[in-house]
Amino acid sequence: MTTIDTHATSAAPASAGLACVAEWVTTTDHKKIGRLYLGSAAVALMGTVVVAALLAFERVDASASMLDIGSLTQLFSIYRFGLTYVVMLPLMIGLALAIVPLQVGARSLAFPRLAAAGFWTWLIGAVMSIVAISANGGPNGGNARFVDLFTLSAALAMVGLLGSAVSLLTSILTTRAPGLNMRRVPMFTWSVLTMCLALVIALPVVIGNLLVVFVAHKYPSLSQLSGNQAISQFGGFGFTQPTTIIFAVPVFGFLAETVATASGARLKPRGPVLAAIALVGTAIFATAVQSPVIIRSPFRDLSSGDKVSDLVPYALVHLLPLLGAFLAVAVTLSMLRKKARISAPLVFGVLASLLALLGVVASALFHIGDTGLAGTVFEEGTWLALVYAAVLAGMGAVVYWGPKWWGRTMSKAALPLALLGFLGALLASVPMMIAGFADQPGAVFPAVEPGIDGVTQFDYSGPSGLWNALSGAGHALVLLSVLAFVALALRGFLKGEHAGDDPWDGQTLEWATTSPAPEANFADIHIVQSAEPLLDLKPSTRSDA
Amino acid sequence: MLALPPAPAPPPRRQVFVGTAFFAAIAASLLGGMLALWLRLRKEAIAGVDGRWMPKDISVPLVPVNVMLIALIPLCIFAQWAVYSAKREDRPHTGLALALTGFMGLALINAQAFIYATMNVPANGGTFSIMFYVVTGVTVALAVIGVVFSAVTAFRYLGGRTSDREVVAAHALYWYAFAAVFTAVWFVVYVTK
Repeated sequence: MTTIDTHATSAAPASAGLACVAEWVTTTDHKKIGRLYLGSAAVALMGTVVVAALLAFERVDASASMLDIGSLTQLFSIYRFGLTYVVMLPLMIGLALAIVPLQVGARSLAFPRLAAAGFWTWLIGAVMSIVAISANGGPNGGNARFVDLFTLSAALAMVGLLGSAVSLLTSILTTRAPGLNMRRVPMFTWSVLTMCLALVIALPVVIGNLLVVFVAHKYPSLSQLSGNQAISQFGGFGFTQPTTIIFAVPVFGFLAETVATASGARLKPRGPVLAAIALVGTAIFATAVQSPVIIRSPFRDLSSGDKVSDLVPYALVHLLPLLGAFLAVAVTLSMLRKKARISAPLVFGVLASLLALLGVVASALFHIGDTGLAGTVFEEGTWLALVYAAVLAGMGAVVYWGPKWWGRTMSKAALPLALLGFLGALLASVPMMIAGFADQPGAVFPAVEPGIDGVTQFDYSGPSGLWNALSGAGHALVLLSVLAFVALALRGFLKGEHAGDDPWDGQTLEWATTSPAPEANFADIHIVQSAEPLLDLKPSTRSDA
Repeated sequence: MLALPPAPAPPPRRQVFVGTAFFAAIAASLLGGMLALWLRLRKEAIAGVDGRWMPKDISVPLVPVNVMLIALIPLCIFAQWAVYSAKREDRPHTGLALALTGFMGLALINAQAFIYATMNVPANGGTFSIMFYVVTGVTVALAVIGVVFSAVTAFRYLGGRTSDREVVAAHALYWYAFAAVFTAVWFVVYVTK
């Protein structure tokens, strides 16, 4: 049996001009839809990281203002909405769309038109949301029409992401190759399944609340739903932890993939890793209650009944995901042999998962009332750790699976970029956490009053200059690493070396087809007899050689 | 290239049915979240100065509301009848059952319109009004989607795609999910008030 024999050199010539654009706009090829998501998220990432750096530097000196005070509310909204729903989640969804059907041995995605419609709906919603925020709409915005536009557009963007998630879920459940049961699915696919199931529960709740706020704002009355802070009050939980932990679940799946490949061995404690990744998804319970699940302060003074009623939901929402994230990282890394091949995807995977683990730990800490972190920028640091973990994992995944999409490999110079990106992400997030302990005020969507000195609203007694400057420098480093990565990727995938069909000595089905994978992925359907179908063949292949 | 053993193309694995199940889950989650918000705001309102959630001058017409709930029983029976008939390739009965299901869906929408007219809740009447219109409006939207689903299923089936029974089963699943969701809305919005 062979798969379709198409290589980059023998691929059909690309259609030119409008025909090429039309082909991409109307495509139902999951690899193209995924790459559309990845490309759009990458562009948005570069823009929002600039905003993030500006906002960090703005908070350096409480006595001087670098940006227009009147625009700070909008910039904070773009920063939060942009990095969460225009970068982080689309990056993960796009990655999943581009690779999951290949991993499960399917010839196509289930409901490919739904996935494509999801992308365009998300893109339109995301662009309109940013436009609405820029025109003084969005959370805490002053222009009623644009506040309405933002509310609907944000909901529209989420509807698009949901459509793509349903397409992915159905693909994983219905298009797997014969023999590829749920215990044998690749780790990344499993993590995508966990994320998408959680999204099906979480995103409609956020969308529902945005609809309520929209109607309330459209028909103003004496209601707490009608105020211009209603978006952050009733929809804010969709932009913060633990909801964003759900979006970072594929980071752990990517780590398991790269560790297994680098080790060249089967991931032995497979069940515990699958269970650990699923446990991270239990963060979804936080969305169900729509408000922060906290341990009240002072905990010591609570009655026994109150202590139990605080601890049980806290354990469910914060400790289970923490346990899952810790186990996923610890068990997977324990697999890493001394002779493991150190490659760029592995380094990206390890660093991204450590960053995600930091985010999950910090989220659990933030929700303990006695830490006194509520209302501080600690939450922002936590959120940044998770967002940048997803970004690093996304970059690593492009290096790892890029050959299946473009037929060429990226330069080995991508490896130092993992370290640079990680350093930047740490610098961006950890100083915010420290500033949170020093009581620097913060909010999911801060409302900066133009009437007073806006910058003083971020002032606190600690060394504001140091932590905020470090955070700004971290964002700048992330931007630098992303720009360098994009340049390397463009050069590598356009003019780089041709990749073999299995450049990483992989274990899962995507490496059984050609690089780049043809539109129908596989010429034949494969029978799978283990969780590492390609590894089953490799000893004999090597001895033959 | 490594060669794995080839396999015959696997049988279709009910993609439409699975996809519909996820759509039903999304609908349930959407309305579940709204009902949770309803209960939270209601609790706050009752604990407030007025001590009331629903304004004094508004009353719920219980007859059409309960008729809507009861109408869900024949609706689900008709949807299941369509599945039963489709399995036996009984085209006339399948068509009839699908038409009746769609008709019951339209009757639900009509009843909701009657409730709107009778209750006459002002759109800008405060938190209750907002929540009332959003929750019931989303329910009506789901009913409209169900009616369209019935029509599409009927046209596909009567158009000759009689082997396509999965769509009929998915259609029934959608209406079951709708019945469950509407029952929750009925209890929270019209009974608990």
